[in-house]
Amino acid sequence: MNTVNRPVASVDAEKLPPPETPWQEFIRVYKKDRLAVVSSIVLAILVVVGISGKVFTEWVVVFDAEVVRLPDKFLPPLSTPSVDIIPAPDLPQLGVYVFGTDELGRDVFARMLQGSFVSLSIGFVAVGISVVVGILLGGLAGFFGNIQLLKIMTVDTLIMRFTDVMLCIPTFFLILTVVALLPPSIYNIMIVIGLFGWMGTCRFVRAEILALRQQDFVVAAEALGLPKARIIFRHLVPNALAPVLVSTTIGVATAILTESGLSFLGFGVQPPYATWGNILTDGKGFIFDAPWLFVIPGMAIFVVVLAFNIVGEGLREALNPKLRRR
Amino acid sequence: MLAYIGRNIALRVVLLFIVSVLIHGLIHLAPGEPSAVDPSNPRMKPQDIAKIRAAFHLDDPLYLQYVYWVRDLARGELKSFKDNQPVLGKIWRRFLNSLPLFICSTLIVWTLAFPVGIQAAIRRGAVFDRSSTLVAYALISFPGFFLSYIMILGVVEVFHVPVIGLRTFGMEGATGAFQFMDRVWHLVLPSLLGALGGIAILSRYVRSQMLEVVSQDYVRTAKAKGLHQDVVIYRHALRNALLPFITMFGLLIPGLVGGSVIFETIFAWPGLGLLGYEAILSRDFPVILTLNVFGAMLTLLGTLVSDVLYGVADPRIRLE
Repeated sequence: MNTVNRPVASVDAEKLPPPETPWQEFIRVYKKDRLAVVSSIVLAILVVVGISGKVFTEWVVVFDAEVVRLPDKFLPPLSTPSVDIIPAPDLPQLGVYVFGTDELGRDVFARMLQGSFVSLSIGFVAVGISVVVGILLGGLAGFFGNIQLLKIMTVDTLIMRFTDVMLCIPTFFLILTVVALLPPSIYNIMIVIGLFGWMGTCRFVRAEILALRQQDFVVAAEALGLPKARIIFRHLVPNALAPVLVSTTIGVATAILTESGLSFLGFGVQPPYATWGNILTDGKGFIFDAPWLFVIPGMAIFVVVLAFNIVGEGLREALNPKLRRR
Repeated sequence: MLAYIGRNIALRVVLLFIVSVLIHGLIHLAPGEPSAVDPSNPRMKPQDIAKIRAAFHLDDPLYLQYVYWVRDLARGELKSFKDNQPVLGKIWRRFLNSLPLFICSTLIVWTLAFPVGIQAAIRRGAVFDRSSTLVAYALISFPGFFLSYIMILGVVEVFHVPVIGLRTFGMEGATGAFQFMDRVWHLVLPSLLGALGGIAILSRYVRSQMLEVVSQDYVRTAKAKGLHQDVVIYRHALRNALLPFITMFGLLIPGLVGGSVIFETIFAWPGLGLLGYEAILSRDFPVILTLNVFGAMLTLLGTLVSDVLYGVADPRIRLE
């Protein structure tokens, strides 16, 4: 056997590159998924559009979504306004109707801009509510699970049975029922969508915390006599957040779709608020005469929901150590 | 085994009771009453409203209303507020209409999702995997009714067949073959559209299950023995990857009530979803309540069946 003296890799700690922080590792894995990177750029643009939608249609009215211009009904995208009939302050800001006009001559571009903020805030607030409820209940069940209540059941049993109860209700139908019975208001829709969506988060958080509690660093923290709140919020919750982050991203997408479904059935956000869902619903009546009223909001919802879903999937791959090494 | 099933049924009955109390409370506490559906009707005098409220027990305390509801439901005498028809009969008829739709979509979902998911898992990272992932996400990202409208327009333009409703009105005199084809055409679009979301979700799930199993030692052993690729995948890997889908099957059942509201409304399909929608519009509390509880019952039944099947299918699990 011919033995070649290959230089043994030196294990000098100084010559090794500095160890990757979890954050750097996450970024490296996430970057590999080009689709997810593109989608996150789309989402970043969307957030800017949403905020500018609030600013430019309500605070500093540059694009007025509510001006009715009857001479300019049903104009296709990029058509010029009839300058001689319409008074100058009512003319569209950009000189043309970028996305056309609707059945009242309102500028669809301005309405979409206004709707982007409302649609996004419905998504984020609804998911925010469900995440907060989910983390609280899941954290309680995971951490204080074995405390007895009235000698009948444990906290864990109580919370998880309640989660089971919520899970076995047909969600969309119940949301529809409650939204239809409550007075129509955008806040009710956000709250109801949020309150019927926390069950998944609750289960994830409980499972993660139960698994983490056995680990050495938590035992060490307990042995050091740290206060419970600090153990929960500094040591347990941050480590349990990965699956929550994924389900949050996908939850925003689902909430936007739920809102458009509610709009379609007539229980969505009521005028004067424009959301993408109700622009789309109004547009379906003119699908032959003015297809842009239907296609533009439909495609906008599609692109945004798709971007949220792909980012969610990218996060799942990047945050899952089991998938990462393969 | 029997004790296990018995205990589970008892647990689910308790759950169902809590669910029904919860939904009952939600519906009755929310503002908006059957007597207030038509406030501008000049013929509705305060006495009439009082009479309606008394007839429907709306003035009694909540727990009494719940007792009345359970009593009437158990006797089969529960009447709809809207047309005084027995609720159970109504739901049963609509259930029979929803069933073919549900069965067709389920068949489409399961026959398409498995091949796609398995292939995607085998070719992890290849073009097929990436494109099927993208298509799956695209399918669940469309607002359901947007896609439906476009598909309806497409089908009507290209094939010149009517697709709205259960069947074409006035076809009763046609021969059997024509009537049959008419029913099939009316069934295709709603079941396909109802299936799209399911295909997307289930195929992703099949893919991740297969990925778990393919990296196991016994699969490597089977490959090392020189077995054919197909034998390894379909006989060794797939069988073990199949287990979690027993659970999925149970979870699909509630889609019979809730998932179909939008599609049944679009296609004017007189099923459970549309019944629920009409009931909500007319504040028909007994129908709304019974439908919600019916949905919950289906879910509980589904989870029970999948729990028991799991024990039968997986020798590692012993039901005590």
